[in-house]
Amino acid sequence: MTVVEEAGTQERPGVIGQRLLRREDPALLTGEAKFTNDIQVTGALHLAVLRSPYAHARITSIDVSGALGVPGVRAAYSGADLADEWGAPMPCAWPVTDDMKNPAHYPLAKTQACYAGDGVACVLADSATAARDALEAINVQYEPLEAVIDLEDALSDRVVIHDDLGTNTSYTWNLLVEDHEGAVDEAFAAAAHSVSERYIQQRLIPMAMETRAVLAMPQPFGGEMTLYSATQIPHILKVMVALTLGIPEHQMRVIAPSVGGAFGSKLNVYAEELLCVALARKHGVPVRWSEDRSENSMATIHGRGQVQKIELAADADGKLTAIRVRLLADMGAYLQLVTPGIPLLGAFLYAGVYDLPKAYDFSCTSVFTTMTPTDAYRGAGRPEATYAIERAMDTLAAKMGVDPLELRRRNFIATEKYPYEAYSGLVYDSGNHDGAATKAAEMLGYDELRARQATQNVEGSTKRLGVGVTSYFEMCGLAPSRVLASLNYSAGGWEAATVRVLPTSKVQVVTGSAPHGQGHETAWSMIAAEKLGISPDDIDVLHSDTAIAPLGLDSYGSRSLAVGGVAIAMACDKVIDKAKQIAAHQLEASADDLDYAGGEFSVRGSPDKTMPLAAIAFEAFTAHNLPDGLEPNLEAQVTYDPPNFSWPFGTHMCAVEVDTETGHVEVLKYVAVDDCGVQVNPLIVEGQVHGGVIQGLAQALFEEAAFDADGNPQSS
Amino acid sequence: MEISVTVNGVSHTSDVEPRTLLVHYVREDLGLTGTNIGCDTSSCGACSLHIDGEAVKSCTVLAVQADGHDITTIEGMAAADGTLHPMQQAFMENHGLQCGYCTPGMVMAATSLLKENPHPTEHDVRIGLEGNLCRCTGYHNIVLSVLAAAGK
Repeated sequence: MTVVEEAGTQERPGVIGQRLLRREDPALLTGEAKFTNDIQVTGALHLAVLRSPYAHARITSIDVSGALGVPGVRAAYSGADLADEWGAPMPCAWPVTDDMKNPAHYPLAKTQACYAGDGVACVLADSATAARDALEAINVQYEPLEAVIDLEDALSDRVVIHDDLGTNTSYTWNLLVEDHEGAVDEAFAAAAHSVSERYIQQRLIPMAMETRAVLAMPQPFGGEMTLYSATQIPHILKVMVALTLGIPEHQMRVIAPSVGGAFGSKLNVYAEELLCVALARKHGVPVRWSEDRSENSMATIHGRGQVQKIELAADADGKLTAIRVRLLADMGAYLQLVTPGIPLLGAFLYAGVYDLPKAYDFSCTSVFTTMTPTDAYRGAGRPEATYAIERAMDTLAAKMGVDPLELRRRNFIATEKYPYEAYSGLVYDSGNHDGAATKAAEMLGYDELRARQATQNVEGSTKRLGVGVTSYFEMCGLAPSRVLASLNYSAGGWEAATVRVLPTSKVQVVTGSAPHGQGHETAWSMIAAEKLGISPDDIDVLHSDTAIAPLGLDSYGSRSLAVGGVAIAMACDKVIDKAKQIAAHQLEASADDLDYAGGEFSVRGSPDKTMPLAAIAFEAFTAHNLPDGLEPNLEAQVTYDPPNFSWPFGTHMCAVEVDTETGHVEVLKYVAVDDCGVQVNPLIVEGQVHGGVIQGLAQALFEEAAFDADGNPQSS
Repeated sequence: MEISVTVNGVSHTSDVEPRTLLVHYVREDLGLTGTNIGCDTSSCGACSLHIDGEAVKSCTVLAVQADGHDITTIEGMAAADGTLHPMQQAFMENHGLQCGYCTPGMVMAATSLLKENPHPTEHDVRIGLEGNLCRCTGYHNIVLSVLAAAGK
């Protein structure tokens, strides 16, 4: 496979746009970085969780007494034993409809196990090995029930998983947008061309290299609780743990140390986090848990899991006139933090980058199965939508006998139409789809490959050449809080930043984002350096500790730069505004006459009258000579609620050779043309693209969370 | 059982349970937590370290098997003054890491690879590191890093 790279075309002075090496790297490269499991604590008890071997079973009895006889074991509990620990069931923050069905879900199941891996009992011991050993001494009697692993079977309610719900259907959510009533049906009736497709989005296992790990540290006499977790959402986790366990929120602190990848899988509130905190509280000592890889495959959320039906209607030229989408989405056994909302994020992207009139009919029905709960995984609902529309476009092109790229060109939203109000009411900020497609076609050698196909893919040939084309929009920068409100999401979409100039002029940037491999410390320091006109080396970035960075909504949904980064830039502006008042006072000039550049203020017309930020910071600290009424110290906080999503777009193309006898696929060439706007650090941007492309190829060619008919995971 | 090992140049004599894995010994007994655990099955290579200069997956070795041997972990790679090992430097310069969890194992495996094959092709690097998994980078920059280190 050849990876074609071209340097970014942006040319900017200053720090933004430089390929600065990452400041995170030395600690990670030398072993100095501390992941949750690396934090050494004396006196901690180790938690181990006994998991159901059955996908679906009634728990008729649990006897944990055997575990208590294992050397080193301090306690063992069934779900019933811990029932009083929970102030509320495990949280689902996205009740997408008013009548959504959500089975009560507790950290340990009490009467019924609903997937292989569902926790049913736990042990606390002096060592991790003793805790693991003791699991074998717990006696659980199960009455196996039928597994439900097929979505259409789940929908039929042949076997109802959660008796109290009376159905496996969690919800049906509709988005019907019509210029006038009946517009979609009319468009299909009048269509010159139409396609009706059914695709399977297989389940995937996110498989971050670091499995989950938790350490809960109580201060029994202060009433406080510190939770270390390999999480991408320390802030949300703090609120949710407080609510679920009845801990006063101000006494709850969450720290996400170095986190070894997540891809959405650590955007959650997990049973083991709640168990560690509850048991640390109960026993008054630190409690820790470390997930092994087999557990990670079962007990950490899965992604995707949809049956997609998509219908396109088009006129004689192939211009789209209506789209109809019917999704059947796999929730898994329970609703985790944002499980129900994931397929709906795609609802706004099934028209891709195409100029669709108001004739769009989307409906998603979500069902419970006896498999690991699903939730956010890389792109979370949006790549699924892009896959469906792009593949359906290929089918339409084939049906019409038109080149797939040509069909796309006929449908692209024209660049001059931006900003463009889409069928959904959302406004896309910018796009040049024809430009991106043309560039990608040049890079791939599209025309040559098409010509080669004509000679290579002939009768008898067993090495067929394939060319894939996809153009996309990604709905990023989650999210305008009012849009989230309209989707029934239980939180906002803002992000917070504090920029603090210390007395010695070193700068602290405090962000509510929670990096887990993306290089935020490097990138955020570059934003502040550019704004303040100082070196990134004089800037520290603080994050992922709710005591140090109390305000934040964390990292997911491609939001950290688009929302969190903007908050940092705005906070820098606010700092400069305050510094300007001090400079004006001290230089005896009007604030309107001051310019700020290169880290210092100067008076327009009097180039010798200058005051550097360093001097202002010290003046702000001593507060000996500030303008009347101005507060001492030089810091500013901003909470930024974005007015819109950001809409990066692009075209990816791929050439493959398929051995028609073995099915082996060789990727010959892959090109990616992406417009993500200003690249703060192209080195990091390219790294993100590499990783994304490979995870996409992996879904296409290699990966699936497979289950056998009895619901046993086959991919762990 | 009592074992004597040299780890990053320091001699240790320890009493270990026979079932203790080498990775648990270096992490928990010696406090060298730079060696990460990524799987239970010798699949991922995150726990790679050197025994007598050769990379091994330390979850596949019992601590007692290391008795009498010379071990280097990621903590032993940089110079005493903090100067990064050329392989570490190459990973930094080529953005060969994102979350960094597989990175110590990658660095240990890659240095061992170059010892065996000082001038590998891209294909050699990909084959040589196929026992080390990364979920973030798509491997592209890891391969570039190793080739860059080989060129130095």
